[in-house]
Amino acid sequence: MNLTPKSLRAAMGTPLGVTAPADLATAGVAPRTPSSNAPILTVRGVSKRYDADPDSPLVLDKVDMTVDRREIVALLGRSGSGKSTLLRIIAGLLSSTSGQVSVAGKPVSGPANDVAMVFQSFALFPWLTVLENVQVGLEARGVPPAEMRRRALAAIDLIGLDGFENAYPRELSGGMRQRVGFARALVLDPGILLLDEPFSALDVLTAETVRTDFLDLWADGHLAIGAVLLVTHNIEEAVQMCDRILVMSSNPGRVAAEIEVTLPHPRVRTDPAFRQMVDHIYGLMTRRPKAAPGPAETLAAGLSLQLPHVSTNVLAGLMELVDGAPHNGVADLPVISSALQMSTDDLLKVAETLQMLGFAEVVEGDIRLSAPARQFAQAELDVRKRLFADHLLQRIPLAGHIRRVLQERPNHRAPRARFETELEDYMSETAADETLKAMISWARYAEVFAYDGDTEQFHLDAEEEA
Amino acid sequence: MTMHVLHGGRDGLGSPSPLARLAPSRWDMVALPLVLGLLALMVFGGHEVAQPLSQLERTPITLDPWTLPYYALRTTLRMMAALGASLLFTLVYAPLAVKSQRAGQILIPALDILQSVPVLTYLSFTVTFFLGLFPGQVVGAEMASIFAIFTSQAWNMTFSFYQSLRTVPSDLEEVCTGYHFSTWQRFWRLEVPFAIPGLVWNMMMSMSGGWFFVVAAEAVTVGSTTITLPGVGAYLALAIEQRDLSAIGWVILTMLGVIILYDQLLFRPLVAWADRFRADTVQAEQRPTSWVLTMVERSALFRALGRPAGGAARATLRWRFPSLPKLKLSAPRLSPRAIKIGDYVWQGALAAMAIYVAVDGIRFMATGVTWGDVGHVVLLGLATMVRVIVLIVLAAIFWVPVGVMVGMRPRLAAIVQPLAQFLAAFPSNLFFPVAVAVIVHWTLNPDIWLSPLMILGTQWYILFNVVAGAQAYPVDLRDVIANLRLRGWRKWRDALLPGVFPHLVTGAITASGGAWNASIVAEAVSWGDTHVQARGLGAYIAQMTTDADFPRLVLGNVVMVCFVVLFNRLVWRPLYGYAERRLRVS
Repeated sequence: MNLTPKSLRAAMGTPLGVTAPADLATAGVAPRTPSSNAPILTVRGVSKRYDADPDSPLVLDKVDMTVDRREIVALLGRSGSGKSTLLRIIAGLLSSTSGQVSVAGKPVSGPANDVAMVFQSFALFPWLTVLENVQVGLEARGVPPAEMRRRALAAIDLIGLDGFENAYPRELSGGMRQRVGFARALVLDPGILLLDEPFSALDVLTAETVRTDFLDLWADGHLAIGAVLLVTHNIEEAVQMCDRILVMSSNPGRVAAEIEVTLPHPRVRTDPAFRQMVDHIYGLMTRRPKAAPGPAETLAAGLSLQLPHVSTNVLAGLMELVDGAPHNGVADLPVISSALQMSTDDLLKVAETLQMLGFAEVVEGDIRLSAPARQFAQAELDVRKRLFADHLLQRIPLAGHIRRVLQERPNHRAPRARFETELEDYMSETAADETLKAMISWARYAEVFAYDGDTEQFHLDAEEEA
Repeated sequence: MTMHVLHGGRDGLGSPSPLARLAPSRWDMVALPLVLGLLALMVFGGHEVAQPLSQLERTPITLDPWTLPYYALRTTLRMMAALGASLLFTLVYAPLAVKSQRAGQILIPALDILQSVPVLTYLSFTVTFFLGLFPGQVVGAEMASIFAIFTSQAWNMTFSFYQSLRTVPSDLEEVCTGYHFSTWQRFWRLEVPFAIPGLVWNMMMSMSGGWFFVVAAEAVTVGSTTITLPGVGAYLALAIEQRDLSAIGWVILTMLGVIILYDQLLFRPLVAWADRFRADTVQAEQRPTSWVLTMVERSALFRALGRPAGGAARATLRWRFPSLPKLKLSAPRLSPRAIKIGDYVWQGALAAMAIYVAVDGIRFMATGVTWGDVGHVVLLGLATMVRVIVLIVLAAIFWVPVGVMVGMRPRLAAIVQPLAQFLAAFPSNLFFPVAVAVIVHWTLNPDIWLSPLMILGTQWYILFNVVAGAQAYPVDLRDVIANLRLRGWRKWRDALLPGVFPHLVTGAITASGGAWNASIVAEAVSWGDTHVQARGLGAYIAQMTTDADFPRLVLGNVVMVCFVVLFNRLVWRPLYGYAERRLRVS
């Protein structure tokens, strides 16, 4: 349908709509063809540390990017890639440790005037009506009441909320609530609209409706906004909506690749070119070593290795699925993702946990089970537990460490706090907490050591816990 | 698909024209007389307050039942004034404690202490000050009593607001920052609305406690100064002095009426109104309703009155305070080292102040207190503590089974819940004379038989909370109990008690706080010239108040504050933490 001239040209030039992804981690963003207008958003060398401590881990590492006028750009990445942090720095809600952001030529040093944000959680005031929620930003800018009302009603009308003006958010469905979130941002006519995973709290059908409605408004030129920056971990969503996708790598967050999407609108998910692009991006996101540590890196990481809290049931479930027909040990992650109705992010987390434990390899969007994993998938509970225990003690340094400490102590007991402080030398408090939680649940399953929640102590004898 | 279902029948843009909304409705028939009547009463009551003090002596309290409505009016106005003052205090104090870390370091512990000081102590210490503020005028005495009521209401409201301010959802905070809210706008658009449900609930609790103290604070003797303000409490005091049982009956009846009116005209509407400020976004199955709120919302009169007020209030939200953002920007420029040094200076100053005050206080106490007194008072404190513990345990043993039974029967619970709330508000001191009569008649040991009075008014919180806990008990767990055929003690120990325990603790904390405070009134009770006294810290403080023995009064209060604070820290807080961690059914 309605395309930007640039994407039209490109779509005709390359039938697949894929331009070669450039690895930009070292080189920064490749210079873009100069347009008649200066970019609406420029990010130069933005870094962000976890906290004020100069030794704390980097969340963002020297990020460069731009967004041009009339462009929808996606920041695509997994959790921990710092994409939401970057969005908040652009919005002026957070300050960066170094580097500079400018919106419409003006450097950002606090909440920027030309920016409006739509939140994942909708973030509506439950005690204000739809109309009042939409007016609230205008009110803060001191717009006179009559004009405020006129503009808010127009935005409500545009976004399809007519008739809901006096409803309270709790009376609305999720889709309608997010429409209010959009109206509240659009009414300000921002130079750049920031979307922070706006559809991820909605069910699949609702998300699709709100998304396409928004795209239609954008394509038909009804929106008085300059550009859109979308943060998402949903690859298909990024391909469907955006002119350009910046793939972010994790720990620390960097722009790892830039992809132009020149498929014509409306984009159909079943279109082979669409699928191919999704597969391609999947491959980029699972590329080692940036995406996830392999067995060697895992061991080298020692206690600094963060463990994701993934249930052993889920781990076993994925191994069984991939082991069975038709996959027989090797599966395409996008295929599994859509079959299980599981988000990319969640699935990759499980797959990479298996990789960490030496049960699988994740390469270029595929998962390949190791021999022990296939044995695990077909074994009885006792054998499974033994296999899991072996891998846990071999592959996860923390498991071996806790076990050694317990063996050395005369009473075979050690408080949780002891290991918590140790871990906090390497990671944040929340990460240490999640790592220990994962450790406890895996160790309980494998029966390598036990944990008593009342006394918050680890101990050796698993029988004692009962 | 979901649209038409959810479009509720709210009036507003759906109605034909703005003018039609201002047309009188049937609710105006009630609204008009109500508003005019209340206005007239307030003007009348206010006029009385402005009278010179000699007026009080010329028109002494009489036991004529027909004067009771007037006395009730005066008492109610005092309560309202105190509530207003408490609200104002809350809106200033809590933000200060949250926004400034340094201020919070002193303000929050101070609040903890302030709420442990017995209410009537505030009265005895400030009465001369307030009388001196308006020499020869009723206002001074009124202020003293209003201040005492204020001290029974303000602290928990402030705590509630403080807690709310600290738990404001971060995404809504980001909206405020991202959409350029001024501090003022953020306060009224986010922070206050978010805090309203908790605040309203605590206002109710405060009022409930307040009735008890307003009765006690209207007729007080501190040494040679005696205040007798026209009101229900003064009437009661006179009735006790003259041993007039029928007058006591009348005053109980009046109080009943006043609390019902208060409940219907103020609290029900407030609670129903506060419901829209709940931050969760799911629609509750059952929302509190109030006929008064419905009337206010539907009558044209109130809408006409409300419109300009609402407009004016909204206009203030567009105010900009240009100086504030600049201040904020310059603050982070300070180096961490400078901030740390600032912290040390501040903490040092606080410590110096605390030492100065402590030394001053000890020096003052030393003028009239011996070490023997200290030991004696601590023993008295122990006696009162034993009473509080025993009573809470007894009340729990009695009310937990009742509460669970009631809570599991929704229809019964719908009756018992408001009743328990009502009983908690009813000033139990009205019944004290009855207890004296019984004790004197049977020559019972006051050390034991006066004790139940301490918990007479506050035990209802236990019932109330346990009923709420039983109502919240998961249906599937109840099915499990039936399915496994759990019975008798085992059913209580394994299934029911752990389920309601967090609620029981919440209720018991409130009840115990109230019991400590009530001990001053409950351990020393009179009927005419018969005085019955229990050995305890409450009776000691009451005695020192009447004697105006200030060094010993200070000692008594210091010991009581220590007991209450330690009791909270060492018993309630760990118990509450345990209940929250291990037994919360969710």
